[in-house]
Amino acid sequence: MIAMERTLLELEPGMQGTIARFIGSPGFVRKLRTIGIREGKTLTVVTRHPLGGPVVIEVDGREVTLGRGMAVRVVVDVAA
Amino acid sequence: MKTVVLMGNPNVGKSGIFSRLTGTRVITSNYAGTTVDVSRGKLHLPDGPAGVIDAPGTYSLTPTNPAEEVAAAILGEADVVVNVVDATNLERNLYLTLETLERGVPAAVALNLWDEAGHQGIGIDVAGLEALLGVPVVPTVGLSGEGIRELVGRLGEARPSATIRPMSEEERWAAVGRITGAVQTIAHRHHTLADRVSEASIRPVTGGLIAIAVIAAAFLAVRWIGEGLIAFFFEPLFDLYTPIVMRASDLLGPGILHEILIGRLIGGEIDYVESMGLLTTGLYVPFAMILPYIVAFYLVLSILEDTGYLPRLATLADTFFHRLGMHGYGIIPVFLGFGCNVPGALATRVLETKKQRFIAATLMSLAIPCMAQIAMVFGVLGPFGLRYVVMVFATLALVYVAAGLILNRVVPGECPEIFLEIPPYRMPDLRATATKTWMRVRGFVGEAIPYLFLGILLVNLLYSVGFLDLLAAAFAPVMEAWLGLPAGAAVALLVGFLRKDLAVGMLVPLGMSPEQLVIAVTMLTIYFPCVATFVVLFRELGARGMLAAAGVMVTTALLVGGALRVILIGF
Ligand SMILES: Nc1nc2c(ncn2[C@@H]2O[C@H](COP(=O)(O)OP(=O)(O)OP(=O)(O)O)[C@@H](O)[C@H]2O)c(=O)[nH]1
Ligand SMILES: [Mg+2]
Repeated sequence: MIAMERTLLELEPGMQGTIARFIGSPGFVRKLRTIGIREGKTLTVVTRHPLGGPVVIEVDGREVTLGRGMAVRVVVDVAA
Repeated sequence: MKTVVLMGNPNVGKSGIFSRLTGTRVITSNYAGTTVDVSRGKLHLPDGPAGVIDAPGTYSLTPTNPAEEVAAAILGEADVVVNVVDATNLERNLYLTLETLERGVPAAVALNLWDEAGHQGIGIDVAGLEALLGVPVVPTVGLSGEGIRELVGRLGEARPSATIRPMSEEERWAAVGRITGAVQTIAHRHHTLADRVSEASIRPVTGGLIAIAVIAAAFLAVRWIGEGLIAFFFEPLFDLYTPIVMRASDLLGPGILHEILIGRLIGGEIDYVESMGLLTTGLYVPFAMILPYIVAFYLVLSILEDTGYLPRLATLADTFFHRLGMHGYGIIPVFLGFGCNVPGALATRVLETKKQRFIAATLMSLAIPCMAQIAMVFGVLGPFGLRYVVMVFATLALVYVAAGLILNRVVPGECPEIFLEIPPYRMPDLRATATKTWMRVRGFVGEAIPYLFLGILLVNLLYSVGFLDLLAAAFAPVMEAWLGLPAGAAVALLVGFLRKDLAVGMLVPLGMSPEQLVIAVTMLTIYFPCVATFVVLFRELGARGMLAAAGVMVTTALLVGGALRVILIGF
């Protein structure tokens, strides 16, 4: 399987990916990890709200809402 | 006396366990950030009484908002920590557990939501976890009380962990993964109906439709329950009461005591809204006009809170709230504020930056009338036609949005984006809902009614010494020339600082047109918060913040009041 790197924001609703890394300060990384968004986890995009609205993802059976500015700094591997 | 502190991630059931441990009821809801301040209670341990502290939830000991700051700070007071952990989400919760244990404080772990973990096919090797963490671990169900006795029994064994040593952040994450892998087994999960409902309610189109339906249903339910309580319970009750007060009125005869207790008779009859006596208006307004809607509102709010719908609504509203300088979670202070502005103001603590909190608090004070005031607005304006009530609320909605757009531009500071966990949908527990509604209703009765009495007493006294007429005269130019209101409305507005519901009632005897009432009632909402809210805002925003907020309020009130006057009455 060949994986391609994408930012979370580029994933369409319904797509899955494996979290690869984060782009940002240690505080930002901690914020994501402590809510359950961690490297190596599989995430599914539930929805992406229009007009610059937030992205909702599912990790470990839990949904999390995050803004697009954060989503663009989450790098995921997607099966190509 | 020893101090036991409940620490844990948000929404894991700390407050539920606190209530079980201490018998002191505190608010629990199915969303992160219910508790934003500490609650204190007492617990009897074998070696004597201990203080128990319920802290706000936090994901780590590095806080990201004031509620989490409170939690991180309170850890310093702990002789024993009870770390409440969500058993359905062990891995995420363990980070805080390790951070806490590394501090070397005696601790025990409550594996809460044990029932849900079972339902979801999640198994945790409790003895194994206990060995790895080096502190007692007890499965609990905060909702039913299961495991609480054992938890209390094992608090004596709480001691600093012998197995967990201070480590670096990366090491801690590795340890979290290792421990979870060693003790947790997960059966494969199927996509359930609840998952599908959850997804539908958070997507833009389906979610938007569901939101409209939910809000409409909530509004209708409040009205329907409120009106039902009035028609079938409180009105009949007061019909029985009227002959008794009339007797009392005859017995008392005219005089100062009659003024205070019964008030003015209108056409020889008691007018429960206008008479302004302690035993007439003082009882009727709070019990027959406001209380029914308070009960109805809190019942509906409890259901919205406990199902876990609010974070979904926050997600849907995020794009909109972002334009107003907040993010979607700004909807929480709005919802709570409709009940009472005091918890609404406190709830701004779930927002991360000063700018967001300032905007959320200011907009709430400007444009979110509390239920007591709303009930009075319906009671006073409703008889003239629903369209007047709609005018008031449409104006306030406009003010909320316009002021938000402007404040977002002019207030310096950052607006971080929404970052929010969506709790699972839960069926509201009947008893929990009833208890929560009762707690809040009792809060209203205990706090609002003494103030109402005080207000009525004060108004009577100040009228009789002529002070209020003096005041009315002083404000007459603004009232008459700018707002098109009778001078007496100034008195009502000032009383609004004490109780806004009472102030609305005081507008009635002024014999204003419905248009004037619309202006007065809208002013009353915007111009300043009531004293109880003011005190909290002052604490939350600081003196400078409060001053700025007050400036916004008074300016907005004058502008909106002037505009309404031109539109509704003309020059
Ligand atoms: N099924 C089940 N539900 C629970 C249990 N414990 C708590 N709940 C529910 O979980 C939700 C959260 O409970 P709270 O006690 O408010 O949680 P908290 O940790 O104090 O939350 P914050 O104050 O927001 O950090 C509520 O809806 C409770 O009814 C449990 O053991 N089983
Ligand atoms: Mg709580």
